[in-house]
Amino acid sequence: MNAVHSLWLSSLPALAEFFLLAAGCTILVIDAFLDKGREAITCRLSQLALVVTLALVVALFPDARITAFDGSFVSDVMGGLLKIFILLIVIVGLFYLQAYLDERGQARGEYFVLVLFGSLGMLVMVSAGSFLTLYLGLELLSLSLYALVALNRESPLACEAAMKYFVLGALASGILLYGISMIYGSTGRIDFAGVSSAIGDASSLSLITLLGLVFVVVGIAFKFGAVPFHMWVPDVYEGAPAPITMLIATAPKIAAFGMLIRALGEGLEFLFIDWMQMLTFLAIASLAIGNVVAIAQTNMKRMLAYSAIAHVGFIFIGLLTGTPGGKAASMFYVISYALMALGAFGMVIWLGRKDGVGEADRIDDLKGIIERNPWFALMMLFLMLSMAGVPPFVGFWAKLAVLSEAVDVGMTWLAVTAVIFSVIGLFYYLRVVGLMFFHAPERSAPIVAPNTVRLVLSINALAIVAFGFYPDLLMDICVRAFPGLMAGQ
Amino acid sequence: MFISFVFYTLAAVLVASAIMVISARNPVHCALFLVMAFFSSAGIWLLLEAEFLAIVLVLVYVGAVMVLFLFVVMMLDINLAPLREGFARYLPIGALVAAVVVIEIVLVIGASDIDLPAVGDIVYRDADYSNTKELGTLLYTVHLYAFELAAAILLVAIVAAIALTMRRRSGTKSQDPSRQVAVKREDRIRIVSMPSSSDPEHESSERRR
Amino acid sequence: MSDLLINLFGWLPANLFLLVETLLKIALLLVPLLITVAWYTYAERKVIGYMQVRIGPNRVGPKGWLQPIADAVKLMFKELIVPARANRFLFLIAPVISLTCALAAWAVVPFSDFLVISDINAGLLYILAMTSLGVYGVIIAGWASNSKYALLGAMRCAAQIVAYEIAMGFALVVVLMAAGSLNLREIVAAQEGGIVNWFWLPLLPMFLVYMISGIAETNRAPFDVAEGESEIVAGFHVEYSGMAFSVFFLAEYANMILISALTVLMFLGGWLSPFPLAAGLPLIGGLFEPGVHWFIFKTVFFMFLFLWLRATFPRYRYDQIMRLGWKVFIPLTVVWIAVTGIAIMIGLPPWFD
Repeated sequence: MNAVHSLWLSSLPALAEFFLLAAGCTILVIDAFLDKGREAITCRLSQLALVVTLALVVALFPDARITAFDGSFVSDVMGGLLKIFILLIVIVGLFYLQAYLDERGQARGEYFVLVLFGSLGMLVMVSAGSFLTLYLGLELLSLSLYALVALNRESPLACEAAMKYFVLGALASGILLYGISMIYGSTGRIDFAGVSSAIGDASSLSLITLLGLVFVVVGIAFKFGAVPFHMWVPDVYEGAPAPITMLIATAPKIAAFGMLIRALGEGLEFLFIDWMQMLTFLAIASLAIGNVVAIAQTNMKRMLAYSAIAHVGFIFIGLLTGTPGGKAASMFYVISYALMALGAFGMVIWLGRKDGVGEADRIDDLKGIIERNPWFALMMLFLMLSMAGVPPFVGFWAKLAVLSEAVDVGMTWLAVTAVIFSVIGLFYYLRVVGLMFFHAPERSAPIVAPNTVRLVLSINALAIVAFGFYPDLLMDICVRAFPGLMAGQ
Repeated sequence: MFISFVFYTLAAVLVASAIMVISARNPVHCALFLVMAFFSSAGIWLLLEAEFLAIVLVLVYVGAVMVLFLFVVMMLDINLAPLREGFARYLPIGALVAAVVVIEIVLVIGASDIDLPAVGDIVYRDADYSNTKELGTLLYTVHLYAFELAAAILLVAIVAAIALTMRRRSGTKSQDPSRQVAVKREDRIRIVSMPSSSDPEHESSERRR
Repeated sequence: MSDLLINLFGWLPANLFLLVETLLKIALLLVPLLITVAWYTYAERKVIGYMQVRIGPNRVGPKGWLQPIADAVKLMFKELIVPARANRFLFLIAPVISLTCALAAWAVVPFSDFLVISDINAGLLYILAMTSLGVYGVIIAGWASNSKYALLGAMRCAAQIVAYEIAMGFALVVVLMAAGSLNLREIVAAQEGGIVNWFWLPLLPMFLVYMISGIAETNRAPFDVAEGESEIVAGFHVEYSGMAFSVFFLAEYANMILISALTVLMFLGGWLSPFPLAAGLPLIGGLFEPGVHWFIFKTVFFMFLFLWLRATFPRYRYDQIMRLGWKVFIPLTVVWIAVTGIAIMIGLPPWFD
């Protein structure tokens, strides 16, 4: 009995995760007994569950690093912060999802339940203490996302996207797992602390560990959608229903950032030199391909997909400096990117409501928005400028933070390359702005959207502006996540 | 000596059947070779005294997963000819890439590097040592969190699979046996009250015609 | 017995002696088993005959007792026809796979405290693994025959066995929880005591689930849709004749005996006596000692039950079979796992204290 009791106590830090799991199962059962057409209840219940989870994360917010379950669960400031942002984004995303599905008559309870389990996967990823939990969290997230993309079986585009996503995602998972198995084989440990100390203690570097590292980095790059492992990103972004694309593009990026910090920063920190080189290559390639190919896109979702690839390059630049400041800058970047992408995809969803069925995801659909709804045109302007990195929006501060960290560690050339490609990238963001403001609209029908969507979208875009004027609000939070920074400086 | 002999036999069978899995022409044969590969690896696990893993491999993969595989493969009429069309064309470049990767790996990692000092030698235990129990203890204490997560993943897989396949397709012709069984007399026959032929009026009208 | 063996073959080197010893043990098990199978077919025809108020086979030998021998001779001399465009190798190996799996499981079945070929730790798992392999014989036979009825039978069989194996596995998990061991001998030992101490009482739903799933696993009436002679001729073995057919037949009956024996071991105390206190009685007291006779008696009862059920019930409809397996048995077993867990935790006497 005592053992059971102590198990309860030791699993307390993971209470939010366990609550979310239990809530997901409960809502699944409730949904099975709900009549058709009452899916809104499932959605609200799911949001309620996420809010309670958020409250639990805040209530259990750790002051220092705590581990549970023999080190396979880690609760620290970074994990807590990332979890808060992930949950917030998913809660907001569910508003869009519900409105979107409701209008098209495609609402099914499984959408919301799968989103819940996907969120659980993300939470697990950012607080993973071992390669095993990291992998399981990633699979939980990926499986939910594959299904979410495919759930609208009537759409051939969505099915194709889901198939590509599934096959390439499974390949990436296999590669990651293969790398993990090599690292486990050479170090004999699966938890990050153990792997780290085993590599640190070893007199010479085992080449199998190095090969394992290569596979792990490739697997992670696949999940991030970094070049040259980006092939799935545009197709999936285009094929998936817009709110699902939004969920793929935002919160999982934050979770992937957490995964990268845990696996490379904590588990394989002594191999820094090796993975730094790989990340450098990935970052440059992502910046180049992402920014250049985005120019050629005519589909808004595809354009945002290539823009996401370019942003991943920036996230990697912050990480490969290896300093706590770089990590904090990266975290700042990923969170602000997630907020911007949330708004941008919100716009795509909102536009898609023109006749209630199709998605308005061509860039031409944005023409003359200023005449149809000036307020949202302004919001979109903010989002695009922020993504492009124009001051004073938050995107600018994010890029600035990352680049200044790169310059600090003497990688000026990298920073210069990044700036050049950002300038190239400016073109396609500004083209969107140009279409919105200086072209006649193709349709004149007014855009109608539920009040929740309008409200959420406005708040989102205004937050971009607010963080742009007060970037320190967000930066201070990110700096807190990496205690080494405060001690070091 | 004897153990080495068994090991090399099993390993040879494993590698040979694994190659056949990807090279056999008939998909059913591929699946059956995969079964053989599973059996051989189960045998290798037995040599390592991991009886639980060995038997579970047979039980789960051979006994359940491969049965479903075969089920699907037999139901599908896979014509392999179109699949193999590009094979000869892509073979040179594929082989080249494979060769480069193999050479790179061999150059980077010599045979001397492939020892795993952290794992150590296999420890042989007494006959009454139950590694099932050891595994269970580990799963429900140290790896409890991972175990629960794996359960959640399986749940998601079930939900996703059912949500993706359970849908009404329009235009399919299928029987619903429970409706067939529940049929009542009223659904199938209609009793019409007809005037009987002894009715004089009716008869007279007949006659008139 | 081992003393006798050592006297006879003691001069052999140790490895070889082990081999001889094992082979002898296997022969000692298999010969009686196959003889039982032969006369089990006779018993089936007789029992069902009497249940249907007719006599059954009565021409060959006194009261038809030699009928199995006549059948065997007939089947052996029949021509083995391989259908055109069938996959010859798989067609011929399928019945062998069936029989091998049916017989291999017997390796760990203990007849009494010491009468067992191989007393392994993970005996229960081994049994599960071996019984789950039997389906391959059916599937391969159905596919290799190049006949649509055979393929239909194989498909039905595969779906059915996968469905019922899960329920069966869960039922065995409950037994494993109750006994605290995977070793079959220890599972019986955990049921030490009289008839109320056996697991059939605390695990009554599992006992029934296991019994019914066992019938479904062996493709016996009322779950014999894989053969379904009125629907798909004879299902998976429609193209088989002569010895190949009879090997399938042997496998089916060996499996029935195996399921009966396993039910006895898991739920009815194996070789234990139902009234151990009666062992003190004069004259007949010896009968109430635990021993192999109890095991055989109980097994024969369940073998009879197989025949009885066949004579009694009409064939299940296919979708009802699936529903019973997936929607009734699996939830039931899962619930009972929880119930048993609680019973073990509170140490419910007299089983779990």
